[in-house]
Amino acid sequence: MSEMIRQDGRKFDELRPIKIEAGVLERADGSAYLEVGGNKILVAVYGPRESYIRRLLEPNTGVIRVRYNMAPFSVDDRKRPGPDRRSSEISKITADALRPALMLENYPRSMIDIYIEVIEAEGGTRCAGITAASVALVDAGIPMKDIVVGCAAGKVNDEVVLDLSEYEDKEGQADVPLAIMPRTGEITLLQSDGNLTEEEFAKAIDLAMEGCLEVSKLQKEALMKKYSTE
Amino acid sequence: MIYVENKDLVIPGQVLADDEYYSGRGTFKENGKVCSSLMGLVSLRNKKIRVIPLKSKYVPKKGDVVIGKINDVRFSMWDVDINSPYSGILPAFEVFGREKKELNKVYDVGDVLFLRVVDVDEIKKAKLGLKGRGMGKFKGGIIVDIAPTKVPRLIGKKGSMINMIKDKTNCKIVVGQNGLVWVKGDEDMEQLTKDVIHLIEAEAHTSGLTNKIKNKLYLAIDGEIPPEEVPEEEEEFVLEKPKLQNFKEELEQEEKEAEEEKQEEKEDKPGDDEEEKEDKPNIAEVIEELKRKNKKDNTFSYGESSMNSFILNNKK
Repeated sequence: MSEMIRQDGRKFDELRPIKIEAGVLERADGSAYLEVGGNKILVAVYGPRESYIRRLLEPNTGVIRVRYNMAPFSVDDRKRPGPDRRSSEISKITADALRPALMLENYPRSMIDIYIEVIEAEGGTRCAGITAASVALVDAGIPMKDIVVGCAAGKVNDEVVLDLSEYEDKEGQADVPLAIMPRTGEITLLQSDGNLTEEEFAKAIDLAMEGCLEVSKLQKEALMKKYSTE
Repeated sequence: MIYVENKDLVIPGQVLADDEYYSGRGTFKENGKVCSSLMGLVSLRNKKIRVIPLKSKYVPKKGDVVIGKINDVRFSMWDVDINSPYSGILPAFEVFGREKKELNKVYDVGDVLFLRVVDVDEIKKAKLGLKGRGMGKFKGGIIVDIAPTKVPRLIGKKGSMINMIKDKTNCKIVVGQNGLVWVKGDEDMEQLTKDVIHLIEAEAHTSGLTNKIKNKLYLAIDGEIPPEEVPEEEEEFVLEKPKLQNFKEELEQEEKEAEEEKQEEKEDKPGDDEEEKEDKPNIAEVIEELKRKNKKDNTFSYGESSMNSFILNNKK
């Protein structure tokens, strides 16, 4: 059963090819570029900077704002530009997934802006966005407890599989995106969309965890690569 | 048990050592392990682990010297952008005591100043002042932006790096601890200095940087690599350099030294007198000097500088 080959030729626990690059933008404080399968995502981090929105600032810590945005040309049918319900949701859950890892006590009354731009989308952009955003945050020199990493598992053809592609996401029965702090294994994001039995759900989480740890290694490599010149 | 060595490159969340080590700046303790919270280089000293960040934002500290840009002119103070998450204010009384003057005639929006952080309040707003030599408005020149953590590297041990650049390019350079650098000289030399500063920033974590920069400068200016007289001694000297560790203390010392040298340099150049004086407008000598000059020809020959006309007007 688990020897089943998926629609794009992967095994059930195989990730799509990933490429991560840190520090790609000159003018941003931190940035990252990430490709997972057909996804192309660019993240820019600005800050900590003076909060220009008074009501947002916190007297004892810094705050983060995330904007997840899909380019109109990122999907097959042109997406109407601008924020929509889906992108507002993803912006919020991304901020919530990243916040536990950040240590902003030293920057009270400041604000960090994270801009996640999806240039090309092919399933699993929210996890890819979280993965890229945390690389960009490290690149910006923001103190963090851990580098948050995201990965999804799901159910396709009654089989629990890792890292759903766009096709599997649409045709499949369930999608479980997960973000963790890899050192401690703490979960910072867990969503579930579709029908799963209890066992399948547990299996999906385990699978996604393993996927996260795999992606985490690539994140670290990307960061090390940026600064180890010799 | 320790898992890293001195000067290792680490990333956030990386476990550095077990409980018996102390957690210093850039690290935190969790479940009996010392972990890094930043991307940077490890600094080990007496069981105390610190991580020196590769990048960071400037957080104002009392006594620092910074370069700031006037953002806004208010009723009794200037708002100053000091390249930090926290803005600075320059109260009017820091500039002209108890007298009441029109602020925008002295410094206007967009002016770049060399300032000292007089105080930092509980919400980290920096109160700035102009007390100290060489403080005041910059005329001309360019501003180069580097990471504040790279400032000690740019200055080098006892100012070796910055002095070498100064000598070679003939530029005047002022480094603020907030990562802004003011450069003034010939236009192409300004550009070259800017490139060199950015190169230092990019390669700050590598060793033997002073030599590399030296070669680059000589190559760009003289078209040849410097004579091979020094390399032997120089090499050892250079290898010690990437000591970013105690940069705070070193920095303060170096800053002071560098500044003193700067001052000396400034005083050494009588030809630049007028301009230099304009750079430090709040010094009594300036006023004296200007008064004298004013008596001499009784015209506002320095009229283009609002600063000077202001002084002249008030001393009549």
